[in-house]
Amino acid sequence: MSQNFRLKNIGLINRDKKISFKFNGKSYFGYEGDTLASALLANGVHLIGRSFKYHRPRGFFGSGVDEPYAIVQLFRNGESVANIKTTEQELFEDLEATSVNCWPNVNFDIGAINNFLKIFLPAGFYYKTFMWPKSFWHKVYEPFIRKAAGFGVASIKHDQERYEHRYEYCDLLITGSGPSGLASAYAAAKNGARVILAEDKPRFGGTLLTSEVNIGNQTGKEWAENITAELKKMPNVIVKNRSQVFGYYDHNMLVMSERISDHLSKTKKYSPKERLWYIRAKEVVISSGSIERPLVFGNNDTPGVMLSSAAKEYLKVYGVLVGKKPLIFTNNDSGYETAIEFKKNGVEPIILDTRKNPKSEIIDEAKNLNINIKFSYVVVAAKGYKKVKSAEIAKISEDKKELGVVENINCDCICVSGFWTPTIHLASQSGNKTIFNKDIDAFVSGQAKQEETTIGAANGTFTLEETLKDSFNTGYELSKKITSNDNKTPTPAVVEKKSTKHDKFWCVPLPKGKNYKRFLDFQNDVAVSDIEIALKEGYRSIEHVKRYTTLGMATDQGKTSNLNGLQLVSNIENKIVPEVGHTTFRPPYTPVTIGAIVGREVGKHSKPTRKSPIHSWHENNNAVFVDAGAWLRPRYYKQGNETLFEASKREAKNVRKNVGVCDVTTLGKIDIKGPDAAELLNRVYTNAWLKLPVGKARYGVMLREDGIVMDDGTTTRISETHYHMTTTTAQAANILSHLEYYLQIVWPELNVNVVSTTEQWAGAAIAGPKSRNLLQKLFPKIDVSKEGLPFMGYIEGELYGIRARIFRISFSGELAYEVNVESDNGNYMWEKIIETGKEFEIQPYGTEALSTLRIEMGHVAGSELDGRTIPYDNSLEGMLSKKKDFIGKRSLNRKAYVAEDRQKVVGVIPLDKKTSIPEGSHLVKDAKAKLPNPKLGYISASCWSVEYDNPFSLAIIKDGKNMIGQKLFAMSPLKNKTIPVEIVSSHYVDPKGERVRS
Amino acid sequence: MLHIRCPHCGMRSQNEFAYGGDASVKRPELNKEISDLEWDNFVYLRKSLRGKHLELWQHISGCRQWFKVQRDTSTHEIFKTIKANEDI
Ligand SMILES: [Zn+2]
Repeated sequence: MSQNFRLKNIGLINRDKKISFKFNGKSYFGYEGDTLASALLANGVHLIGRSFKYHRPRGFFGSGVDEPYAIVQLFRNGESVANIKTTEQELFEDLEATSVNCWPNVNFDIGAINNFLKIFLPAGFYYKTFMWPKSFWHKVYEPFIRKAAGFGVASIKHDQERYEHRYEYCDLLITGSGPSGLASAYAAAKNGARVILAEDKPRFGGTLLTSEVNIGNQTGKEWAENITAELKKMPNVIVKNRSQVFGYYDHNMLVMSERISDHLSKTKKYSPKERLWYIRAKEVVISSGSIERPLVFGNNDTPGVMLSSAAKEYLKVYGVLVGKKPLIFTNNDSGYETAIEFKKNGVEPIILDTRKNPKSEIIDEAKNLNINIKFSYVVVAAKGYKKVKSAEIAKISEDKKELGVVENINCDCICVSGFWTPTIHLASQSGNKTIFNKDIDAFVSGQAKQEETTIGAANGTFTLEETLKDSFNTGYELSKKITSNDNKTPTPAVVEKKSTKHDKFWCVPLPKGKNYKRFLDFQNDVAVSDIEIALKEGYRSIEHVKRYTTLGMATDQGKTSNLNGLQLVSNIENKIVPEVGHTTFRPPYTPVTIGAIVGREVGKHSKPTRKSPIHSWHENNNAVFVDAGAWLRPRYYKQGNETLFEASKREAKNVRKNVGVCDVTTLGKIDIKGPDAAELLNRVYTNAWLKLPVGKARYGVMLREDGIVMDDGTTTRISETHYHMTTTTAQAANILSHLEYYLQIVWPELNVNVVSTTEQWAGAAIAGPKSRNLLQKLFPKIDVSKEGLPFMGYIEGELYGIRARIFRISFSGELAYEVNVESDNGNYMWEKIIETGKEFEIQPYGTEALSTLRIEMGHVAGSELDGRTIPYDNSLEGMLSKKKDFIGKRSLNRKAYVAEDRQKVVGVIPLDKKTSIPEGSHLVKDAKAKLPNPKLGYISASCWSVEYDNPFSLAIIKDGKNMIGQKLFAMSPLKNKTIPVEIVSSHYVDPKGERVRS
Repeated sequence: MLHIRCPHCGMRSQNEFAYGGDASVKRPELNKEISDLEWDNFVYLRKSLRGKHLELWQHISGCRQWFKVQRDTSTHEIFKTIKANEDI
């Protein structure tokens, strides 16, 4: 298809490079430097999609970030992306896009029937229509809404692209590279400040690219190009295009998304798709410009109705005519600039000006060019369904209430200008108390909360001369504050045409007997009548009106609709706008991809993976790993076709029968040193520690101040003032912070130092009846007999030439030892243990066997010490010293904690001795009781007892001490299981603990 | 993200720190006889004030020191940060 709407000699696109693309399956071409929007317009395509609620035809309204409805589904390099604004998407070779929000297609859309049913879809239609009858919700309403709504489809494929995060610090962050941004950046950079200049669009310069001005002896565009080039060369400046600063957070931290590859057919090798910048700026300069406001009239959503500034940009930047019979409808001088550009390029525009007799240099220029201007005229309604074909226009009375005779005028586009709205989103996000400026009928920034300054059009300054003066000065003053340098850049002279005041009129009344829809929010289909209904129904707060009508709640965040909505509410309510107030602006200013926010932290990169020094041995020996916090631990070592159940049973059995070895490197280890170390332990543990001899270990329990068990573990006295503490794998970091808190804040008088040594030591637990024999072989010079190394004993030795620590402690309930060596020697130690253990039929065992061993012994662990249980609940009351105080002790006499029928840990066996009880099952008296069935307790951990070869579980149950022998039911509604069970002692195996002491 | 001055290390971003609650809470002395009410107040009762709040933070990904921060709970303005043994 040929480009009928492309002009020959104007624009910044690269005509040497043709780019082919597809829209809704049809092939077109554009040029390098086009956006998808400009390329489609060059081909005369105006119908892009359907509106959200009424499915009315929709085209292009803007030319950038403000676009409310030219949104498509994009296909790039095999990926499908939703919610892409055609006005921002740059063209690349083989781009494919399709319409969204229409079914079966954009030209024939079933949902458009809503347009004729609009009586049923007024304001608040979500809350009214779909409420009754209730049973219709799931079957009728929800599927209907889901099919009809939305702006595209999120891909369910794994995103193969890479996204990065970057942290940066600077003196000045400048958001926008229009005249104000360039001038302030230049002045600040010249004065030695570290500057980041961020531009959302691919090209720098903002309005300088489209306006007819001179700066010094250059055109505005040349000046912008030269300043940008100079800034790029300066070592203290970072200049970024395609980068949107979308969020302004606390302590002057702003977040910017840089679209590195979105304009390319394919992301380059080693390059990310997008980069998210976290920027901490000493000062922020908000130079985000302004967005043109729409004028509101009948059918103002018809394709072909667009902002006059957008029409000018398509013409001057892309060489594209948005129409060949343009009607310009304006309440200020900006519309004239667009008309003049049309005229200069051989197209005859007609201007309708709502003002009676305005006078300015710009208007004079239009008159001199013989442009047809109709003063005190308005567009009553656009005509045409899928594209503007004509317009109904009329003269309007001086009080703007009465319309004259309605005439029909031929046109193929209507370019509207309702004056300008400063983009104050970032200032508002930062906490700035914005104020209403009556001269421009819009909010501007007021009292700043953080270090930010708004300049240029974003601050309501609409002349270039004033803008440059302010901006050079702001750049200089802010940089001087930071660098203390005093290099002032002179402000160049400016030539621009003067404009005159705008008309406050913006909403055309309906002619008698006509019921045209006049839209405020183009993306969410909110019309003037919807706001009127909301107010009639009693909504007053602008926040409520917003939510009830969904005004400004779409993905464009009401960039073009908010102010008109406010003005309408204030008109109807007879209030002034500042009394109505605006709704809160929240980040992000523009949609940000989830990929950019997540960055590299996906999959395995979402957290660090901690591996023990023995990890590769485990891998080479068919270990199946399990996540234990950030650690990877062997769950079991698979032999042949073994299942988890079979393997863990084999491993646990071998511990009970021969000897097993388990990698316990992941246990938290804390080195405690100092003359008051014993005193610290005595305060943080519930049992007594002052008399523990050197060379002995002791089991300890720690509480929180509220009496809940926090952690347990063993601590060993290495020397007079040196202890080695172990914690559970999960609590290691918390316990270190806990100790530091008490040492630094509560008892600073204690002379103790603590430091984590988890990663300094590799640990192997050797457990089973043959473990002593093995240990003797490993340490032939040491007496490891019952007397030489008794239960809870500690000794140091040499293992095949390396230094080792030997602890006689047991988690499995068997005769057991733990050997620690420096991490670098971990693998060596392990290999020696396996090699030496062969004759004792040693087997490595994983966490699953470890659990089995501890459960059938009745040792409580994480599933019982779950942050909800006190020592009594875990049968640890014997660990509580009566003679001394400790953390949490005072809480233990709370009423609920000493209740006669307090919960306690017990053992549970299924009566059939076959059915495993799912963890989390509830214990109840009567399986058939009426719901809710009173719950007596719950199963905390389950295993297959290798000692008795039947299932065994631990449970925490009310009045546990009197429940032994009772017959109950374990019910798991999730697994749909009801299992008759008997309550037994939690110490199922070796209740007297003879094995560990053997 | 807040920007917090560790009294030992200097300005750092919030993600290096962990919040530690009200710094004005004093743990009752060990072995001291106190009423249930006094103990419950210490364990459970915290003010949820709007405005200046003296609170504890720990520089967990830095020097591991606990220290005090005076912060406005509604604006996040940080007025002062001091070492654990200093008073505001
Ligand atoms: Zn620090």
